[in-house]
Amino acid sequence: MHVVANDHPHPNYCLLKLTADQALPEMLPGQFVEVLVEGSSTTFLRRPISVHFVDPQANELWLLIQLIGDGTRKLATLQAGDKLNVLLPLGNGFTTSDLQPQSHCLLVGGGVGTAPMLYLGACLKAQGITPNFLLGARSAGDLLQLDHFRALGPVYLTTEDGSMGETGFVTNHSVLKEVRFDRIYTCGPKPMMMAVARYAKAEQIDCEVSLENKMACGLGACLCCVEKNHEGHHVCVCTEGPVFNVKELSWQI
Amino acid sequence: MADLRTSIGNLQLKNPVMTASGTFGYGIEYADLFDIARLGGICVKGTTIQPREGNNYPRMAETPSGMLNAVGLQNKGAHYFAEHIYPTIKDIDTQMIVNVSGSSVETYVECAEVIAELENIHAIELNISCPNVKQGGMAFGVTCSGAAEVVRAVRKAYPKTLIVKLSPNVTDITSIAQAVEAEGADAVSLINTMLGMAIDAEKRKPLLSTVTGGLSGPCVKPVALRMVWQTYHAVQIPIIGLGGISNWKDAVEFMLAGATAIQIGTYNFVDPTVSVKVIDGLNDYCDRHGFKSVQELVGALDV
Repeated sequence: MHVVANDHPHPNYCLLKLTADQALPEMLPGQFVEVLVEGSSTTFLRRPISVHFVDPQANELWLLIQLIGDGTRKLATLQAGDKLNVLLPLGNGFTTSDLQPQSHCLLVGGGVGTAPMLYLGACLKAQGITPNFLLGARSAGDLLQLDHFRALGPVYLTTEDGSMGETGFVTNHSVLKEVRFDRIYTCGPKPMMMAVARYAKAEQIDCEVSLENKMACGLGACLCCVEKNHEGHHVCVCTEGPVFNVKELSWQI
Repeated sequence: MADLRTSIGNLQLKNPVMTASGTFGYGIEYADLFDIARLGGICVKGTTIQPREGNNYPRMAETPSGMLNAVGLQNKGAHYFAEHIYPTIKDIDTQMIVNVSGSSVETYVECAEVIAELENIHAIELNISCPNVKQGGMAFGVTCSGAAEVVRAVRKAYPKTLIVKLSPNVTDITSIAQAVEAEGADAVSLINTMLGMAIDAEKRKPLLSTVTGGLSGPCVKPVALRMVWQTYHAVQIPIIGLGGISNWKDAVEFMLAGATAIQIGTYNFVDPTVSVKVIDGLNDYCDRHGFKSVQELVGALDV
């Protein structure tokens, strides 16, 4: 693939827009890609990155990347025209085919976990369902791509420092008390997803979570990224997930 | 076009390039990415007689030019393999080699007996070198007497090609290789991972749930190459070299050091198609240097 644009919406993030000579394969919201980072001496393994958005008309794949270590910082230096080796699409997406047009779906993203929620929201919209977004971050600057989210549906925000939206965590937001949702999708830090899953369980709402366990192959071969399922067996997040219904996991919530 | 065919004991390989156990699943995981029948062989995931859940997450930590793993032989057991996985891989036109592990001599033998029944599996790789299990595994592979004991017992139970995978976590790998050769091993493969660890300084925590794990990747290549070279001068049986091979040049180096065949492991995670590039690169190297057969490379180091 090659880079169409590499924007920096925030000093700690880059928005990488990629295209390919041939048509991109169909990608489902919640799936991920594995990016080979070249030219970073301390980066050995590929980096798993969630699909942020797919634009079939422009044949573009967007990746919203938080700059955490040397590998992601190297990706931030890519420029338009640069080539990138990407393995895609990987994993399973969120379950949306069973939804009714009048479904009240809540898409909860925390930090860089907001990334896959944009493409999920776009796919729901295309299915005739208006997505509701609940996005949380430490501070206003970490809430990115808000115009894109707002174009798809209502957006509810929380920040830990109160610099935007309601103060606190996503699970403190007042919308959770005011609106009854019938499906929740979430991606973000594990403690946040567990809090969301706890709310969903208490309210008897079906809830899917997208995990980001440390990963090597991305193909189900190395068995590194495992999570315990409800039967107590280790399953690969890369091939059995990354999206799981909370009921499939052994989370104590 | 050089002749890439080679053999390990009675095991005929279409070329010397195999994928290493634990890095390539059962092969089928990679079947969408390239024609896995081009490989000389596929060493499938470590198999034990009883199912194993493996170690707790986290099991992996990236390191400079490599990674640590502590998977701990997660697998569904030899009977599950025979009934559910073997039928899906038995007709792939390459040598499927099952990596066999155990927690005692008896469980090694039981597992080998189950695999011996599978018609299209012509070899096992006896894993006496896994550093990530509490019982068995590497415990057998770090002493000559332990290695000899398990190989002696499995040799009696397993009539086909018996490859023994050796641990680098020993003072002298050649003495272990000699011990398993004396008990009838048809070949040795080396090296398994090197025991290592990684720490998160900020959290003052180990990065692996098991604290220590097995190091692999290009960072271990010089050690692996040295051990292949030493072992080549200590035993008569063929050596399968592995440890950090990431391109055809690495593969040539292992063969020059004395390896009859090679395995590609961790680098499959970086480039899932690396093994076919190595096959093509080996062929080009032979043509360029006038070798009619890849077997001419084995031990051809000019010291």
